[in-house]
Amino acid sequence: MNREKKTGMSLIVQTVTRWLKGFIFMFGIYLAFYGHLTPGGGFSGGVVIATTFVLLTLAFGRERSLSKLGKVLASVLDCSGALLFLLIATLGILFGGAFFVNFLEKWFPSVNFRLFSAGTIPLSNISIAIKVGASLFMVFIILAVRRVVEVGGRRKLISTEFFETSEKRKDK
Amino acid sequence: MTNLSVFISVPLVAAFFIPVVSRKVKWFPDVCGILTTFLLLLLSLQTMNQETVYSMGNWPAPYGIVLVLDGFSCLLLIVINLIGFISTLFSFEYIERFYTSKLRYYSLFLLMLAGMNGVVLTGDLFNLYVFLEIASIASYALVGFGCYSRELEASFKYLVMSTIASSFILLGVALIYGRFASLNIAHIALLIKQYGMNETMVFSFVLLLVGFGVKAAIVPFHAWLPDAHPSAPAPISAMLSGVVIKALGIYVIVRLVYNLFGMTPLISNLLIYSGVISMMIGVLMALGQWDFKRLLACHSISQMGYIVLGFGLGTPLGILGGAFHLFNHSLFKSLLFLNSGSVEYETETRNLEKLGCLSQKMPVTSATSLIASLSISGIPPFNGFWSKLIIIIAAVQAGKPVFALWAVIGSILTLASFSKIQRYAFFGHGRHFDESTHKNIKEVPGLMKMSMIILAILCTITGLLLINGTNGIFSPVVNDLTQGPVPYIEKILGYEFTNISGLFGN
Repeated sequence: MNREKKTGMSLIVQTVTRWLKGFIFMFGIYLAFYGHLTPGGGFSGGVVIATTFVLLTLAFGRERSLSKLGKVLASVLDCSGALLFLLIATLGILFGGAFFVNFLEKWFPSVNFRLFSAGTIPLSNISIAIKVGASLFMVFIILAVRRVVEVGGRRKLISTEFFETSEKRKDK
Repeated sequence: MTNLSVFISVPLVAAFFIPVVSRKVKWFPDVCGILTTFLLLLLSLQTMNQETVYSMGNWPAPYGIVLVLDGFSCLLLIVINLIGFISTLFSFEYIERFYTSKLRYYSLFLLMLAGMNGVVLTGDLFNLYVFLEIASIASYALVGFGCYSRELEASFKYLVMSTIASSFILLGVALIYGRFASLNIAHIALLIKQYGMNETMVFSFVLLLVGFGVKAAIVPFHAWLPDAHPSAPAPISAMLSGVVIKALGIYVIVRLVYNLFGMTPLISNLLIYSGVISMMIGVLMALGQWDFKRLLACHSISQMGYIVLGFGLGTPLGILGGAFHLFNHSLFKSLLFLNSGSVEYETETRNLEKLGCLSQKMPVTSATSLIASLSISGIPPFNGFWSKLIIIIAAVQAGKPVFALWAVIGSILTLASFSKIQRYAFFGHGRHFDESTHKNIKEVPGLMKMSMIILAILCTITGLLLINGTNGIFSPVVNDLTQGPVPYIEKILGYEFTNISGLFGN
């Protein structure tokens, strides 16, 4: 509790964030899952999911949000979302004869306007949501936390924690 | 029959696979990058002499997205994937030395490749915009890859100007969609034939021309290029100057002018004048440069002028010259950028005043750069001579001898500025040349040498393509473009559709 008070914003913001984060996350998932039925879809769902983590970072500081979704995990999720989307598209060649064929529709002729309808479209939406959510969070973290620093003649992107400590060392 | 979607899906899969795997496996990015581009090169060579229309998701042409392969796309595919493969070969050792993150480099490189392959293949206007943005955004990041202040500034400048161009393009596409409710290029061309151009369409044509003109760095819109191209790592400069400005700029302009809106004398004049102006201004800018790579970048503007002039003439010979010069320029300009990369690799400077006497110490780099310089200045046995000759003959035949004269003057000035490079960097030395800093210089390592030698050989022999190869690569291009929009429409939409629309069947 003490640590959170030091790093983040005021108590009001933190409390409201604690209450709301789950609902915002749920809303993002809802947008992605129902993308084929209602306004929304993979991209907007992913953006809303990413804003949850952005809000966590703003309210509690970066340690809190990075403990929920680490940088390596976010990067892997980012890539695997794109790979999933490509996998779904490529399976279309295998089962339907062309890129992006909606092959599930043929196997399970679905009732319209249900959650499990529209074949591969919801799956594509979900993979896009994973990709967009993770990569937008990465963009935010890179802009907020990381700096370009010269290490041994080469330029590297590293976290500001390191940057700050090395600056302090210089001062001493 | 090649499945056209592989040109988009293979580099995308590789681009997203590299960051996942190579956290544990250090050698993976290099191997994956080189293998992927090699595979793409083989696939693109296989597409020669094929004409295919591929509907994504089995949706038929005017409703779904189609990928179209014709002669012109095929030429561009071969150029993109050839230069892409050679640049990855060069990157293997070069990126190790100057830059840190190989996985990000290869990931962005393959994304850029996927975007360009998509642009030249797609038959859908909005899909074209999406692929254009994929390629452009990857190239912004690659231009600023070194993260030094100059590079970041150049990248930011490129980003701002190119994004403005992209928004012009988007507005143009939106206006066309608002008028005709269709995004398929062939369908729009058909509707233009039926209903004619109105003011909105003229406006959207101007917006598209300006937008793609910025991407192609034709003269009034060239300001980003002399900063952006030298700042990138050398293999990326080779890609940007050799391929990106052509695939994203010239290709789309030519496709729009010939296959969508139809060539008119006004557009022809517009292209010819802008071509000649970029030819002259580019070469005059290049003459005064002392930075090796900046000089080459300015030359790209000038050589783009030749290509635009060739395509702008509108005659079959002019189109042949433009397409041939496009192909040749991608070879020798990439080679020159790779040479500049090797010089930088050994001497750590690009300033011509500080370089000198490299011809003894780096014989391969020196010889290949001599071949490339002779090619770009249009000296007879090399490929640049033949394409410039065709453009000049075409200009004379089209009754525009004045522009032929300008092309000759531009070529002479090109020779002057490349003798400057040869004089200061390789055979003589500059004013601030210091013998002591040049003691430990030796030839660059194996793969870098190999990539330069491959390009030099290609520069020497591709002049032969004119003798019998024109019926292989270049005559389909000429056929596709000279026949105007109608065969293109029929190829994509099918005869039935065009007949139902009541335009060609009576």
